[in-house]
Amino acid sequence: MDEEKVTICRCEEVTLKTVRELLGKGIHTMDDLKRICRCGMGPCQGKTCRPMIAQEIARHLGIDVGEVEISTFRPPTKPVKLGVIARGDDGE
Amino acid sequence: MVSDKAKVAVIGGGVVGSSIAYNLAKMGCNDVVVFEKDYLTAGSTGRCGAGVRCQWGTKMNCALSFASINILEHLNEELDSDFDIEFEQGGYLLLAYTEKEWDQFKKNVELQHTMGIPSKLVTPDEAREIVPGIGTDGLLGATFCPKDGHCNPHHTTWAYAKAAERLGARVKPNVEVREIVVKNGRVTRVITSDGDYDVDVVVNAAGPWAKPVGAMAGVDIPVYTERHQILVTEPCAPIQKPMVMSFSRHFYCQQAPHGSFIMGYGDSSELKGYDIGHSWQFLDNMVNVMIPVLPFLKDLRLVRQWSGLYTISPDCQPILGRTPKVGGFLMAVGFSGHGFMLAPIVGVLMAEMILDKPTSIDISMLDLARYDRGELILEPSVV
Repeated sequence: MDEEKVTICRCEEVTLKTVRELLGKGIHTMDDLKRICRCGMGPCQGKTCRPMIAQEIARHLGIDVGEVEISTFRPPTKPVKLGVIARGDDGE
Repeated sequence: MVSDKAKVAVIGGGVVGSSIAYNLAKMGCNDVVVFEKDYLTAGSTGRCGAGVRCQWGTKMNCALSFASINILEHLNEELDSDFDIEFEQGGYLLLAYTEKEWDQFKKNVELQHTMGIPSKLVTPDEAREIVPGIGTDGLLGATFCPKDGHCNPHHTTWAYAKAAERLGARVKPNVEVREIVVKNGRVTRVITSDGDYDVDVVVNAAGPWAKPVGAMAGVDIPVYTERHQILVTEPCAPIQKPMVMSFSRHFYCQQAPHGSFIMGYGDSSELKGYDIGHSWQFLDNMVNVMIPVLPFLKDLRLVRQWSGLYTISPDCQPILGRTPKVGGFLMAVGFSGHGFMLAPIVGVLMAEMILDKPTSIDISMLDLARYDRGELILEPSVV
């Protein structure tokens, strides 16, 4: 498998290669990884990539994926235009 | 439990603690250990607005921030890091909406010029040239300094920490300091979740936890923490270089190198304490104050909101230096929302102080005892 051709975070275009390289440098938590390479920081806020990053961390550390600490969930669930919030509208 | 020793223990793995550790090691003292109870930047550093400015209203803040900017300009080379600190000097445009504010800005610029800071007063028309698309309703004038800008707080902290480690310092994330032992008026030992360390010097760089860490050594630090909220939009093409900021309307807004806009709103009714949640009231305030100034923002989508803590001192200036009652216990706390931009020079000054060298900038007036002496240095220009 070519790790450079596997995209983990689609929003921020972070590849499996990048994530594995950072894991290899001792960066082992989801909070650290996202702060360094932006994985999970895009418009979907990690809804797609969180489980895959968790899996990579678990594999690297040899732990169960359930033991991996997940980064904080914050609003909004879905990106909203600032103008919509300003007007108090309920649609775009 | 392990029993170990170190000359200096730094409590707090934010940008301040990392900068202190690096500078100590660079000056030849690499027997340093940094304790961070969570991940590096987990406190205030990683939540901050990332701005760096030398347009201040007190001589002290001008001197510290200008020196920091000079360090940041070549920090990538100095730290020889894998992590680009992403320092972009697009300037800060500070907006004046009231007569009082405009008068203060004139005084600030005069002061800044005496220190060699290349700031200038600009008219609303000139402001429109600096930030195309800016709304100037109610704007009396502005000041601009091209040296100001922003920088990546995570990468900067990591770069400092990694450089410190290369020089022999130890950086320990996920290790919590539980007790500081004081004997005969001196710190002697720190008790951590990773064992006990015999130490000569303890540096409190614990950001929002400065007060409880001070209490461990029996030192009362007059700071309190306050939540500040912030949001980030989806990225778009580069359209705004400077940070745009207003003190009277309590906002700041910049476009990060990544393309997203990051903006914050200072609200004096925000929660005090340790809550780092988020509120819809912030979103409402933020967009309604910001869109009239930068109308193009209305078409950008909000991706995320978050918050962090300011650790506010009585005069909104940091507390740096030795404590009068406990030997070997030093403070680098109370940055009042400006720790990230001051950290590069604070690391140098604290290292000099710990090693009993003369400090490159006289910061004797920033000691903790100034509050007992009643010598406060009030900063007029804070969001």
